[in-house]
Amino acid sequence: MESVLELREVSKHYPTHRAVDGVSLSIERGALYGLLGPSGCGKTTTLRLVAGFDSPTAGDILLNGSSLVSLKPYERNVNTVFQSYALFPHMTVRGNIEFGLKQRKAPVNDLDARVQRVVDLVQLTGKELRMPAELSGGEKQRVALARSLVLAPEVLLLDEPLSALDPNLRKQVRSELKALQRRTGITFVIVTHDQEEALSMCDRIAVMHQGKVEQIGSPEDIYLRPRTRFVAEFLGAMNWFKDIGVRPESTRVAKTGTVPAVVESSMFLGNCVQVRARTADGVSLVAEIPREENHFKPGDSVGLSWNPADEMRFPQEVN
Amino acid sequence: MQRLRALFLAPARAVNLFLFIAPMAIVLAYSLLSRGIYGGVERPWTLESYGRLFDPLYGGILLRSFWISGLSTLVCLVLGFPMAMFIARSGARRNLYLNLVILPFWTSFLVRTYAWMFLLRDTGLINTFLQWTGVIHEPLPLLYNDGAVILGLVYGYLPFMVLPLYTTLEKLDKSLLEASADLGAKPWVTLTRVVIPLSAPGIRAGSILVFITCLGAYLTPDLLGGSKTVMIGNVIQNQFTSARDWPFGAAASLALMALVMVLLIVILRRDKEQLL
Repeated sequence: MESVLELREVSKHYPTHRAVDGVSLSIERGALYGLLGPSGCGKTTTLRLVAGFDSPTAGDILLNGSSLVSLKPYERNVNTVFQSYALFPHMTVRGNIEFGLKQRKAPVNDLDARVQRVVDLVQLTGKELRMPAELSGGEKQRVALARSLVLAPEVLLLDEPLSALDPNLRKQVRSELKALQRRTGITFVIVTHDQEEALSMCDRIAVMHQGKVEQIGSPEDIYLRPRTRFVAEFLGAMNWFKDIGVRPESTRVAKTGTVPAVVESSMFLGNCVQVRARTADGVSLVAEIPREENHFKPGDSVGLSWNPADEMRFPQEVN
Repeated sequence: MQRLRALFLAPARAVNLFLFIAPMAIVLAYSLLSRGIYGGVERPWTLESYGRLFDPLYGGILLRSFWISGLSTLVCLVLGFPMAMFIARSGARRNLYLNLVILPFWTSFLVRTYAWMFLLRDTGLINTFLQWTGVIHEPLPLLYNDGAVILGLVYGYLPFMVLPLYTTLEKLDKSLLEASADLGAKPWVTLTRVVIPLSAPGIRAGSILVFITCLGAYLTPDLLGGSKTVMIGNVIQNQFTSARDWPFGAAASLALMALVMVLLIVILRRDKEQLL
């Protein structure tokens, strides 16, 4: 597959720190690509470099093979959905959506039809004349999406698109967003700090840490085969048995096992039971076991074990 | 609770009553009396002073005052907008620049206006310098004309424009400017379609402040405009001093106030409609 967006050794250095440090990415056309990392890892800065709000101190950004770096934000065929949505408060829903089309050099003769199509696409029909202040959080987000999608950009950049939404709404919007991406076929680059969000939505994920890319891969790759301790721990809870890492859901608890420990607590989580245990060395471990296997009480001596296939090893790292 | 409230409000009420309402009542009473021979007022009560306001002479002066004030307001807006924008975006140095804007208020306005006279007059700094460099041979007529008055008004009241503009521009969400550029708008379009509409409250507040202050100005036209540029403020002042016609001066100042208030009500009412 050809790549629509390519970052080559892109850096953004400030006098005091390196926000982005030698990032290289190749994003396939039509993909839903995730930039995942903790706050301050440089993912939003990377997005801003692509949009053109900041310029890189080194490296090159290519859209369809040609460099974007010298272009102004209004000359780039990429659009952004802002974390706060940044809707123009003095314009109606329709005014916001039309805004970009009206900036085109040649007058857009099917403007009404295009606006109508995208309004239908994001299910805002009938709300075209509302002001942003009269919309709910979810509706505001859909206006922000529509305003960008109507321009049919090569790449749509979404900065933490779900973070301003009500938690109950997030899971629903996640699948809506993915469906929207599939229907339009536009390449989405989503910045998020929520690993569950990234795993459930994205085709490919780049995990960032301290301005650098730690690993790029499919959701399965980075969750099941993390290349570094950081990736392993950022994507989910980990139990560390010296250099071997095992996820809680792969850790088994029995009367006897490879690692002896004492149960500290067992907590009912609904879909499973979480057992906390401590080894003789004082290491605290967590196992998530099926409800029916739970017959452990605090103070019980147990043994923890795991399937060797579920082991994660990080030999290249000095701990 | 109710009594405590009344107690705390009492000083403000007293100040308003004795220093605002009472003098206004006196001015109103004077405007309805006849002119005394050596100044002051006498009976009988009459509306004659108000009748004289319709003299074309005063209508002309009033129009001229509106014109000069309007032009000064426009110049203040054109100069003040980029200034306010610059200050709002200057990060840590913001307070320094704001203090610089306010700095002239630390000196008497009268002294500062005299300073302009020294700069602008025929033997002033500017003309002397230009003649010394040989650019001109005759001094330029810089003082005692409309231009000098507008210059003085703009100089004096620019901070009244910059401060309210700064307040709205500072609150303007920066991501809206980025969103505008992101959607393909060139800087000029972002300015006219996003920044200016969203800073309308500041533009309005600044313009009202500057316009009203200019309309009532008498010191600036008196000193910089000489005898040629008379504004309504000079007419009023003149009635209480050399012309010794207190009733007419009182009537003219009340008429000016009424006019400004009607204007304000119209503008503010239109604002409310826009908001709804």
